[in-house]
Amino acid sequence: MKKLFKKVISAAVAASMAFALSACGGSSGAASAPSQAPDGGTDSGAATAEAEGSPAPAASGATIKIGGSGPLTGPAAVYGNAVKAAAELAVEEVNAKGGLQFELRFEDDAHDAEKAVTAYGVLKDWGMQASLATVTSAPGAAVSQMYQDDSIFAISPSGSSLAVIYADPDNSANPYGNVFQMCFTDPNQGIASADYLAAHTDIGSKIAIIYKNDDNYSTGIYTKFKSEADAKGLEVVYEGTFDDSNAQDFSVQLGKAQSAGADIVYLPIYYDPASLILTQANQMGYKPVFFGVDGMDGILTLEGFDTSLAEGVYLLTPFSADASDDLTKNFVENYKARMNGEIPNQFAADAYDCIYSLHQAAEAAGVTADMSSADICEALKGQFTSMTFNGLTGQNVTWSESGEVSKSPKAVIIKDGAYVGVED
Amino acid sequence: MGFLSYLVSGLSLGSVYAIIALGYTMVYGIAKMLNFAHGDVIMIGAYVAFFALSNFGLPIIPATLLSIVVCTLLGVIIERLAYKPLRDASSLSVLITAIGVSYFLQNGAQIIWSSSTKVFPAIFQSGSVSLGGASISYLTLITIGVCLIVMAALTLFINKTRTGAAMRACSEDKGAAILMGINVNHIISVTFAIGSGLAAIASVLLCAAYPSVYPTLGAMPGIKAFTAAVFGGIGSIPGAFLGGLLLGVIEIFAKAYVSTQLSDAIVFAVLIVVLLIKPTGLLGKKIDEKV
Amino acid sequence: MAKSIFSSLFQNAQKRNRTVSFLIVIIAYAVLESMMRSGNLSSLFTSLLVPMTCYIVAAIGLNLNVGISGELNLGQAGFMSVGAFTGVSISGLLANTVPNDTVRLIIAIISGIVAAAIFGLIIGVPVLKLQGDYLAIVTLAFGQILKSIITNIYFGFDSAGLHFSFVENKTSLLPGGKMLMNGPMGATGTNKISNFTTGVILILLSLIVVYNLMDSKSGRAIMAARDNRIAAESTGIPILSTKMLSFLVSACLGGAAGALYGLNYSTLVPAKFDFNTSILILVYVVLGGLGNMTGTIIATIVLVLLPEFLRSMQDYRMLIYAIVLILIMILTNNEDLKVRMSRFSLKSILMRKKG
Repeated sequence: MKKLFKKVISAAVAASMAFALSACGGSSGAASAPSQAPDGGTDSGAATAEAEGSPAPAASGATIKIGGSGPLTGPAAVYGNAVKAAAELAVEEVNAKGGLQFELRFEDDAHDAEKAVTAYGVLKDWGMQASLATVTSAPGAAVSQMYQDDSIFAISPSGSSLAVIYADPDNSANPYGNVFQMCFTDPNQGIASADYLAAHTDIGSKIAIIYKNDDNYSTGIYTKFKSEADAKGLEVVYEGTFDDSNAQDFSVQLGKAQSAGADIVYLPIYYDPASLILTQANQMGYKPVFFGVDGMDGILTLEGFDTSLAEGVYLLTPFSADASDDLTKNFVENYKARMNGEIPNQFAADAYDCIYSLHQAAEAAGVTADMSSADICEALKGQFTSMTFNGLTGQNVTWSESGEVSKSPKAVIIKDGAYVGVED
Repeated sequence: MGFLSYLVSGLSLGSVYAIIALGYTMVYGIAKMLNFAHGDVIMIGAYVAFFALSNFGLPIIPATLLSIVVCTLLGVIIERLAYKPLRDASSLSVLITAIGVSYFLQNGAQIIWSSSTKVFPAIFQSGSVSLGGASISYLTLITIGVCLIVMAALTLFINKTRTGAAMRACSEDKGAAILMGINVNHIISVTFAIGSGLAAIASVLLCAAYPSVYPTLGAMPGIKAFTAAVFGGIGSIPGAFLGGLLLGVIEIFAKAYVSTQLSDAIVFAVLIVVLLIKPTGLLGKKIDEKV
Repeated sequence: MAKSIFSSLFQNAQKRNRTVSFLIVIIAYAVLESMMRSGNLSSLFTSLLVPMTCYIVAAIGLNLNVGISGELNLGQAGFMSVGAFTGVSISGLLANTVPNDTVRLIIAIISGIVAAAIFGLIIGVPVLKLQGDYLAIVTLAFGQILKSIITNIYFGFDSAGLHFSFVENKTSLLPGGKMLMNGPMGATGTNKISNFTTGVILILLSLIVVYNLMDSKSGRAIMAARDNRIAAESTGIPILSTKMLSFLVSACLGGAAGALYGLNYSTLVPAKFDFNTSILILVYVVLGGLGNMTGTIIATIVLVLLPEFLRSMQDYRMLIYAIVLILIMILTNNEDLKVRMSRFSLKSILMRKKG
């Protein structure tokens, strides 16, 4: 028995080693040829753009290689797949304009730092010149330093923790400088929520918080919200948590919030568990005001969700899929066509904006495909810290030197199954 | 909310664990394998029920029946293709294969139905009865009721039918069962069929209470139910029932009275303590050591 | 099973197997390291080297537990976690006092081993009283408890000293302070000081430890207790302490692997070391063959590389990975195939030539 294992396996290992080593040897040559990239969708997009006969002036057929990684498999796959689809869509669109051409390669990191580092290796071997960094925070924190070491410009659509852009996140110090964010940082949202609640005591005054304590995003917002709320004299009457292994039953957390007399339940979490919380609160007959952050966006478009349960829910969001401006309408339509009718969430919107902002910056800086990634990085850094960007997730968006985005989270309330802006 | 409400919540959660644990424990009792793919059969059952209810507009009973049929078939197919070739292999090889099947189902579901969450429709009337100051929702009553019925039916089946007797024989001594003319392969298939059918019922109850359907839905309830099965004494049907209920109640009490952060640690700590006092679970058979 | 007969009848074959395992590691190291130094190794492959060595060390430890000692352990990731966070914290604390990376790495790994040993001792006492699947579930339970506890530890330091809190984060650091373990967010901003060479040395050391243990009096007692507990007990072997020894060594190797792993990434979250990671390591062990360390090394390498080679499959990657896993398990347990394969095996050809 032992012998056989060894035989089968050693044959396999020999083959895979040979494959690996040969792949390594030729990494700079063969693997980086665009035609060999397995990204079918993007390639065909680039190909159609070229076939339409719009000559790419500066690039002369050459494309700028944009990398990126996110969870395409596993429990967080929904976020990665949204980013991938929206980024591919945006790349097709910018390529069709005929100017600077992009080529996207998006790898799976399974929401794991180890896999993100591996995915970074794949992208680097491929010859990535700029990047969407990672979709989620923890893997992002693991690769940011590598982007800095290799001088490759990166903008993360949704990696919102401070550790994505700062080498010393405890003190918000030592920014990597070439890793930017398209989404708000977590503390930023915590402060914005506390500010809003402090200014609008008419909604309620006793706050319960339910957050996901094994999640960077949720804990990040919670921590800042809590300290801000204390500083502003807001009354937090209950704090409950859940984690991956307890993400279904919220009867205890809701029951405790109810007994504590909370009239606001603050939910710095994503929309999927939030939908369970809303359903269970409804079953219990508990009707406080639910107050969410940008992760709550997507709740109205959950397949099968009874949107009447979300009536009166406040959330802070930079993006709303049912906004009526042309940009959003086009995006939503094209995204749905691409994703079997799925409606884009804020991850998708942020990713779309990332590609467009990269494109705007690259064109403005006169970036060409034959430039080294370090030169592109310098050029893009210069642009991002000086330009203003208008996208799906905000108007007049700017970035600081440290890579933090400045756009204002907008408070909206859900009325009749749609977002309605509330006045500040 | 008071003690009684938490107790009811715990029983409701525990009933779902119990039905899943029944599937685990039956398969273990007969095939002596830890079927780690059981949780993922629940996930498939949930998707089938979801589409039956939402897309085909079936009422709840036919939708559940459809889900049971699909899961039963799936269970039998998995057993034939993946586990049967390993009948004589070490139990660890079977365990790893079950994990492979689990990965396969999760990733297959993600490819077919995408990774985004679907919300299970509300199938039971909302509303509640009041009992001693605690309000108990209809859903909770139905969940606990279904669990009791399933448990009773299963006990009758095992004790009163020929197939049931054959199953008991296989569980006692496979070699002797073969000598008695029992087709062990057939019995194992039947066990998988029943276990997977139970998974379908569990999926509907699980999703009625916690209406989110996504590809990794089955993973955590699977592990919890496995724990519950061991808690009650793996291989024992009343044990799985008792283990499931207790696990649910302990989990809710831990959250309510100790800490939501540490509830998992508490549940598993209680399990360890129980196993130290009763090394084969609450109702498990004592292992006789033969020299 | 057949293994005990195997080991007594084929002493030489076993010796050769061991030599092979050392040779594989050393040759692979020589080739890879020289390629890496000359810049011929792809970034992908370079990034896989350290985690691969970590998994190999953890898997060798687990194989000692599962294969040699016969205890199904579903919580190896828990020990890795203890080792990893201890290693990362120690390294963070000593960043200024011990500026030499190599020395700090060694100190971190040793402290990871010590921490894992302490937890191994605490956990081993109740675990080893149980048997079979009950033992397995208790290791699973401890794995979950360790994860849960580590997720709730807040630990940092600043100019005023160390700050520690549990469950609720009450640590507020002065400017310039650093959180070493920040609850669910784990460790961030870690100095990456792990390297491939250290990983390979760890593999070689763990092989030496495990092989020596197997050959020692205690090792034979461990295997005797596995094959027939009652017979072993009746010959006066102290079962509990014997099994404890292998459980501890296994935990220590897990701790060492964890420390090396933690210091290879700038960030580390407690959720990394969950049930799935324990299972992953168990898959390496079972696929490589119980008690077969060479097999473990090869199986780990293959299974770490497999998903990377399947990247071109895009969405179908993990689906194919699952199918491959199932097929390997079925094929390696198929009697017909075993007979047929043995005709073509390298070893039988070599044997024929010699004879």
